[in-house]
Parts: sequence; C-alpha cells; structure tokens
Amino acid sequence: MKTLVYIDHFKGELQPASWEALGLGKSLGTVSAVVFGSGVEAIASAAFEYGADEVLLADDPALLDYRAEVYASTLTAIASAAAPDLILFPTTTRTRELAAMSAMDLNSGVLADITGMEMDGDRLVAVRPIYEGKLLEKAVCTAKPQFVTLRARAFPKPALEAGRTGTPTKVVAKPEALTSVEGYTASESTVNLADAGVIVSGGRGVSNNPSLTPPAGLDEKQVEIWRAQQGFALIGELANVLGGAVGASRAAVDGGYIPYSHQVGQTGKVVTPDLYIACGISGAIQHLVGMRNAKVVVAINKDSDAPIFTQAHYGVVGDLFTFVPALTEAFRQKLGK
Amino acid sequence: MKIIACIKQVPDSEAKVSASGGQISWGEAPLVINPFDEYAVEGALQQKEAGGGTVTALCIGPESAKDALKHALAMGADNAILVSDPALSGLDTQGAAHLLAAAIKKIGDVDMVIFGRQTLDDGFGVTGPQTARALGWPMLGLSGQIKVQDGAVRVERVIEEGRQSLSAKLPAVLSVVQNIGEPRYPSFMGIRKASKAEIPVWSLADLGIQAPAPVVTRTEVMTPPVRDAACEIITGESPAAIAETLVDKIMAEKVL
Repeated sequence: MKTLVYIDHFKGELQPASWEALGLGKSLGTVSAVVFGSGVEAIASAAFEYGADEVLLADDPALLDYRAEVYASTLTAIASAAAPDLILFPTTTRTRELAAMSAMDLNSGVLADITGMEMDGDRLVAVRPIYEGKLLEKAVCTAKPQFVTLRARAFPKPALEAGRTGTPTKVVAKPEALTSVEGYTASESTVNLADAGVIVSGGRGVSNNPSLTPPAGLDEKQVEIWRAQQGFALIGELANVLGGAVGASRAAVDGGYIPYSHQVGQTGKVVTPDLYIACGISGAIQHLVGMRNAKVVVAINKDSDAPIFTQAHYGVVGDLFTFVPALTEAFRQKLGK
Repeated sequence: MKIIACIKQVPDSEAKVSASGGQISWGEAPLVINPFDEYAVEGALQQKEAGGGTVTALCIGPESAKDALKHALAMGADNAILVSDPALSGLDTQGAAHLLAAAIKKIGDVDMVIFGRQTLDDGFGVTGPQTARALGWPMLGLSGQIKVQDGAVRVERVIEEGRQSLSAKLPAVLSVVQNIGEPRYPSFMGIRKASKAEIPVWSLADLGIQAPAPVVTRTEVMTPPVRDAACEIITGESPAAIAETLVDKIMAEKVL
C-alpha cells in the first residue's frame, strides 16, 4: 500500500487531525506526507517526527495562502507522478474542496468525513455517518487513488518520535490561479470544537438567571443577551479549568449570546470530545446529532424531562447558575488548579 | 446576472430514518429541500436583488423532486429545471457534478452558481467544488457574504481560523454558509406562482451525455449502535456535594 497524507495547516498552524491521518497511513504501509505552503519546513520536519517515510514539500510563495485551484492542481500533479493507492486528509474546510477537485482531475472519487474503516485488499472500506448520523454507511471508491478525508478525533494520534529526521523531497507548485486572497480576519474566538477533548456547552437556559440585576438603560433584548453573557462566563470558567472549549446550542447562537463558530449540532459542528457537558440545553434533535458520540456526556438542566438527559451518562437536575460554579470549584480542587 | 442555485431534495430533518436489508426508509416523513440549500437560494435571491438578473433553481432527482424546486420558486426563484432520467442510478458526487456542469452549460451565459454547504442525507459536501472543477471555473467555498462588482465576485469565506476574503472573476461557483442570512419564507404569491409552474425536465439525451459510471458506491448501510446506559441522575445535599460526586464519577471514566 502506498499512501499520501495531506498535512493541513493555516499560516503554519496545524490542523491536529493531520497527524491522525498520518498515523492511519503509516499503519497501512509506506506513507508520504504532502506539505504545501511558503516557509513551511517546520511542518515537514514535524511530519518526519510523526512517522512519515517521505515528505513531499511544495514550498512556494504561490502557495502562501490556500487557494482551491492552485492547491488542487499541485496535488493532482503530485498524485499523477506518485500513483498512490490512497490519499488521506483530515476533514477541514480546505481539504473537502481539495480532495473533491483533485479527485475530479484524476477521474476518481472522494469518501468524505469518515469515522471508521477496514481494508479489503488495497481498497479502503469507509464507515461514515449519513442522514445526520442517524445511520452509518460503508462505502468504497473503486478508482485510484482513493481520496479519503478523516473526521477529527475518529482515529488515534500517532506518538511523536523526537529526533526522527529526514530530508524533504521538493516538488513544484502549479501556480495558475483563478482566485485571489485579499485579506484575513482571525475569529473573534479561536475555538476549534472538532479537535477539543472537552466541550462545555450552553443553551437558551444560560440567559435565565433571575438573581442578576442588569445595568440600567438596556432594552429587553439587550438584558437577555447581558444575562446570557454572564451565564457563558460561568461556562467559560468551567471549560478553562478542564482545558476545554466552549460550545453552544443553536438557540444560544440564534439568541445572539455567542458567535456561530461555537455552535454544536446539525447546522453547526459535529463533535466527538471525550467529555461533553451540556448546561441549560434542552436537547433538540438537531443538537443531539451533533454531540451524542461524545465518550461521556453530562447534562445539567432544571427540567428533568429535557431530551438532553436521554443522551447523557450523568445528569444533574437543578439550577446551572449555582451548580456550574460548584462544579468548577470541585474540578479545580481535584485537578489541583 | 444569471444565477443558478443548485438544490437537492432530502427527507425532513425530523424524520426517523431507518435501514433494513440495505434499503433506507423514512416512513411518512416528507421530502423537503435540503436545509443547507435554502441558504443557496437565499444567497442567489440576495444577489438578484442587489444587481438584477434571474435566479434558476437546478436539481437532480426523481419526478417528486419537483416539490423541492417549487419551494425555491415560492421563495422567489424565477425558473426551475429538473434533471431526471431513469438511467441514473447510484449517482455519486462526481457524476452529479458532471451532470450539473452539463446542465449549466446548456442553460448558457451563467454568471454564478451557488451551492449549499452539504446535504443532510449523504453529507459529502463536495459536489460544489467538483462542479467548479468540471466547469473549469473558480471555486469560492463556504461564503458568508457575497458582493459582485465590475464582473468580479468577492466573498468572505468562513473557515476554522476565521474569515478570509477571496475574489474571482465571474463566472464562478460558490457555496454558502449560514452567515449569508436566514432563508426567507415563501410568500403567499410565491406559493401560488410555484403551484402553477410547469417545471421542465431534462434527460441525459437533452444534456447530450451518458449516465456517469459511479466511482463511489455504498456497500452496506447500518443502524448505529445505541447507547446502552441510562442516565444516572446525581443527587445530594447541596450543589457542592453533587459536584463532588459528579467529579469523582467523571474522574473514574478516565476522560480527563
């Protein structure tokens, strides 16, 4: 088996699931990491440390910013020359496009966002959720190379072997561009829910703290948002102590309590953390499909009939405004923080 | 401007979907326009309002998919076209992209093609970029804002790390995300117009191509394993006591 693994990064900042893809590739045979960018030798070195047998490095000013057609054409040229059986990617906003377009170039196909796999000879049988995770399918790509993107945290991360080195093989970029990048604005919050090991989420319930007195001069909607922000501050503290990320239900995002980038669920992100703590989230089906594959789910809600409890391992029926700070304090003591 | 919104018909999100003997069923639940594609129609209508032109909704599917196209018409699309042919079976995203590209070329003089982020059923999220590739047009994916000026389109692309502004000359293919704005509800007049609309159906022969051979195929469909454990409700004398018990339980799970 010959596998290429595309290492995804943004301005040198790695998408950690890239290493999960490298680990899977390594377990199947020889693996070449593919690194695109400008001034990205450090990523090539890291790829050797994570076990790449070879690193194909296209380091070119034309590749400074991700542009779909430039990256796709460069990948297509590399894949044509290397003729791998399989090309693996972490599933990200960039790789869905990149895999999609390069697969078209090579008359092959994409198995996107898979969560499991088995091998049938040199054919990868992908397991992937369909119908919002209500079902799973097994699917194969009958042409070569097989383009496969892996959902973050679905495959184990390989151990880093410090000091393992190699010399990257330089490959040329295909710089013909149809799009130009004019600028970039960092997220107001750099939340990466897909890679988070712990997520603490808030829902509509975070705006209901009756014991708070809002500042004067706010209208009704502003008071609601102000209350919700106080609630999310409590959730943020708990997430902080656990080294986790803050998530939210659609109701909280639609209410203007927190930016969309935090949304978990069908129209937000599908997440698979080790620990998911839902605070004041009733549990609409659209939210449940986004978080029910978390390893351990804790639900905190004052309504004991809330559907969120059907997906939870542990539940606390009560007021989140008194309970969440108590939980934060208990973790702080237990974890010595 | 001639704008195409590409849509698909899927079972409603509330549907209880089940699998038996390799067949997928969704009971009595209705088939609807893919919710992500409503944003594509919304984005197309916004561009029409900003710069004039027409919006055509384009769909591949069986005869029943006309209902999804009628939803787009009711929202305000000017035209709708269904690509349908009995020879189409097991169509994969690559094949869909080739069909859509052929239909877009047949429509002619198209300036902009807009897709939703992904479908609710198969969820690949790749048909948009693949259609761009089949057409040889630029791909501006996951756009949260769209602005057209002087024959070029500029978008704010929403990515993991923030927003990137991208531009390209028209014609171009876009996909849109929720930041584009909530899809409008069909108006009463729109619904009346849509109910009377005659939607043309284009066959493979009309497009002048053969049924694309699938490259990606489903070999099995399964029900995911159900979570066995019932929820354990933690109780105690005080919030602090409950918290302590809960922390011990979570620590014992060894997930931290």
